[in-house]
Amino acid sequence: MSDLLLEVGTEEIPARMISGARRDLKRRFIDCLRDLGLEGGARVSVEATPRRLALFADGLPRKQEDRVVTLRGPSRKVGFDADGNPTRAALGFARKAGVPVGELESGADGRLMLRRRIAGRGTGGLLAERLAQVVLAVRFPRSMYWEGKGSPRFIRPIRWVVALLDGEVLPFELAGVVSGHSTWGHRRLGSGPLAVSGAESYRRALGDNAVILSSEERSRKILCEAEAILPAGCRLRKNSRLLETLVNETEFPTAILGSFDPGYLSLPEEVLETVMLVHQKYFAVEDGSGAMTNRFVAVANSGGDATGEIQRGHERVLRARFNDARFFWDFDQRSTLLERVEDLKAVTFQAALGSYWDKTESNLEAARALAIALGLNTEVAERAQRAVRLAKCDLTTEMVGEFPELQGKIGGLYATAQGEGGHVAHAIYDHYLPLGAAGPVPRSTAGCVASLADKLSTLGGMFGLGLIPTSSKDPLALRRAAFGVIRIVVESAMPVSLNRLVEISRAGKHETHLHSYLLERLRHWLQTRGGFSADVVQAVLAASDAVPVDVLSRARALAAVRTTPDFESLAVSFKRIRNILEHAEVAGSIGAHELDTDLLEQGAEAELHAALQSVAIRIAEHNARQDYEASLREIAVLRPALDRYFDDVLVMTDDEAVRRNRLAFLAGLLVKLSTIADFAIIAPDPAGKKRR
Amino acid sequence: MLTFQDIVMRLKVYWARQGCIVQEPFDCEVGAGTMCPETFLRVLGPDPYRVAYVQPSRRPADGRYGENPNRLYKHMQLQVILKPAPEDVVELYLKSLEEIGIDLSRHDCKLEEDNWESPTLGAWGVGWQVMLDGLEITQFTYFQQCGGLDLDVVPAELTYGLERLAAFIQNVDSIYEIRWNDRWTYADVRLADEEQYSTYNFEEADVEFVWKEFDLHEAECRRLLGRYGDSSDPVDRRRFPLLAAFDQTLKCSHLFNTLQARGAISVTERAQVIQRVRNLAVGVATAWVHQQRAARDEAA
Repeated sequence: MSDLLLEVGTEEIPARMISGARRDLKRRFIDCLRDLGLEGGARVSVEATPRRLALFADGLPRKQEDRVVTLRGPSRKVGFDADGNPTRAALGFARKAGVPVGELESGADGRLMLRRRIAGRGTGGLLAERLAQVVLAVRFPRSMYWEGKGSPRFIRPIRWVVALLDGEVLPFELAGVVSGHSTWGHRRLGSGPLAVSGAESYRRALGDNAVILSSEERSRKILCEAEAILPAGCRLRKNSRLLETLVNETEFPTAILGSFDPGYLSLPEEVLETVMLVHQKYFAVEDGSGAMTNRFVAVANSGGDATGEIQRGHERVLRARFNDARFFWDFDQRSTLLERVEDLKAVTFQAALGSYWDKTESNLEAARALAIALGLNTEVAERAQRAVRLAKCDLTTEMVGEFPELQGKIGGLYATAQGEGGHVAHAIYDHYLPLGAAGPVPRSTAGCVASLADKLSTLGGMFGLGLIPTSSKDPLALRRAAFGVIRIVVESAMPVSLNRLVEISRAGKHETHLHSYLLERLRHWLQTRGGFSADVVQAVLAASDAVPVDVLSRARALAAVRTTPDFESLAVSFKRIRNILEHAEVAGSIGAHELDTDLLEQGAEAELHAALQSVAIRIAEHNARQDYEASLREIAVLRPALDRYFDDVLVMTDDEAVRRNRLAFLAGLLVKLSTIADFAIIAPDPAGKKRR
Repeated sequence: MLTFQDIVMRLKVYWARQGCIVQEPFDCEVGAGTMCPETFLRVLGPDPYRVAYVQPSRRPADGRYGENPNRLYKHMQLQVILKPAPEDVVELYLKSLEEIGIDLSRHDCKLEEDNWESPTLGAWGVGWQVMLDGLEITQFTYFQQCGGLDLDVVPAELTYGLERLAAFIQNVDSIYEIRWNDRWTYADVRLADEEQYSTYNFEEADVEFVWKEFDLHEAECRRLLGRYGDSSDPVDRRRFPLLAAFDQTLKCSHLFNTLQARGAISVTERAQVIQRVRNLAVGVATAWVHQQRAARDEAA
């Protein structure tokens, strides 16, 4: 068995790409082993710091397995004459294969053949040929060249390569760098070159030179040290993304506690957090009640801070940043949001759709229409109008110029400071929500309306221009806007139809596109956030896709009852009815026939009719209260009557009048009972698995 | 304590020892050292080059009337170009910090991803911002494209923010408190520029006049580029004033910045004006590469 150590020494790799590079290098290396026939039982792991990707493969085979290849020649009859002497055909085959004719054998198929043993090649030679290719294939979002035009590309320049197989250097060249056995330590706390002889001595050399190779260990070091330096009763405000960034930005992380003038705590927490987390990459520190304190934890790529210089440096930078933020806040209060409305004329929203002033006008119109569609009372409708009027004004503030990620939130905070009242301020604050697939939706109705108005008018404007996103191209994030619309109406239970939403968006001649785009997002919502199976989703949408929140109620009801035994067999009966009707349609025996109750046969048919009548009335009552589960239980009650009907009644009878009447009866039954879902779509569930 | 000018001189001496030509500032208004011909034109083509210079860089929109301790209308960059980038370029850079008294083993120094792009110059590169105890002190860029052209040889560009570095070394909270030398502070030397140019850029600049100037410089640059395309005589071509055409490009770029600070360019217009300046920059770069190649061929 052989052990491989491969280290690619680079200049600082961007932190956000390191985890991906680890995974990708590992995958590509394993693919390469498989490709070379070397995969048997090797354990592969990849570690990374900003300056190195280190791959360990233990238990590699020493060489490929030997293989036997078979060459096939002419048939024996052709190759040898009656006396057993080789003909020219056999001699030619042997000569081509480079063996005496005596080594040829006869195969079971009567042809001459030659079995040849190919010795497997040694692992070292194979890897030396392939490793450069494997490394350079690792994917990065943006790569560079550093030698000359046309030279290899990687994320940052490669400066050294360690490649050792069982302690011996595997010689190859990677982007102009020749592999060897020397690595380098931390840029300032370590030294180099450091000669290593294998995985163990490599790890030791790095450990002695201030490089913590394991990212898990770096992460632990940061958290333990932070714990130790925090004053009693305080804790880090957890942020796993920030932690990952810091882990991937350091080779020897050290947590450093700093503080700032508590006076800055009067700035909004959103601003403090953005400065600390996003701009400076510091952890915020909170007290036992979760309130932010005037402390922070920075993570240095250094051994410690004996003189306190690092701490003072970070504190000075933070002070300057907070000072700026305070300046922006004070400066921005010179004009109110309302006074800024006119300034929006100078801020372009989209070339063809005009400025944010124009955008605000169409948002206002959409909000008005939404208020009517939702039947909002005047008070709420007016709050929404006020919020929409002011929502974009923070785009003209210094604060948003400095912290664009806070747009909306700043508007909300300024609205509060300017006495706009909580409802309006919250609606402005929330009007970009929901942000992701799982983030919260606006907390109030006015906020939902403001967000819907903004998203719908964007969607309508863009679709109207024919700027319809595709799966690969969506520069304006319309997919997210459309999903946001669906999330708000469904999750905030707003009873409004898709048609109405599309109408409000004013997509012009592309209305149908937008309708199906929103419908697609609704389907996606039901399957992902709703957690409903594909057939349930399809069945309820087939019954009606008009009102998203109603679709959700029906899906819930259907998922609740679908696993009951009566229901499973009802689905079978519905499929049968559907089939009968479809066949009849093909045969042309369905027309617009009114049901003639006089033609109903006594017994099963009349009984089913009677049962249906009373069930239909109760269903209508349940449906009116959106109690779809009760309706579905009513339908399930029909099962015995339906079963008897199919046992006793021949639908496609020869008597044409009766046949037509029966088809009309079944068609009517299907319509009456399919208001919640198209049961014929429900898949049978043979395994009896619990599904929603 | 090292004064502002000590820092500048030590860095110049350091880079001179690394084989750099020590140049003086370029004499047009520029927004960054990158825009000077010593960078913009020298990184084009295959010839090696090493140069270091301090470039006062004017950014009209960044002025704060001298009231903000961290923001300036005009700041000083030390610009270093190493073409091609040597293998130990990062180490060379870190040693330059030690040369001005920063013991990196006692500080937190990180190279954080920061890719640089200048739409007006048709230039971009990848690199880092160098963070020293949380303060960005240098932009480090491997150029990939300039004037819309893929570069034959990849240079490293190091851009030091000298005021930030000096404030760090002197441990002061405001740029204006920096000791320029033993007798005068940064405020003594530069406060008047900040006050007056902020007033000019935000309040006084005559928009119509500046637009007219922009149009004139653009027209002159285009005229020159057209004339270069028309000439075929080798001597005429060698002497053709593409450098003067580039001056016109830089004028346009600065006037554009002034108009923007003055609030005279709407966002819609902005993209168009950037495109106009970029067309000039790309035109000059393309012609420059042609001119240099012709000169090399002639010499060979």
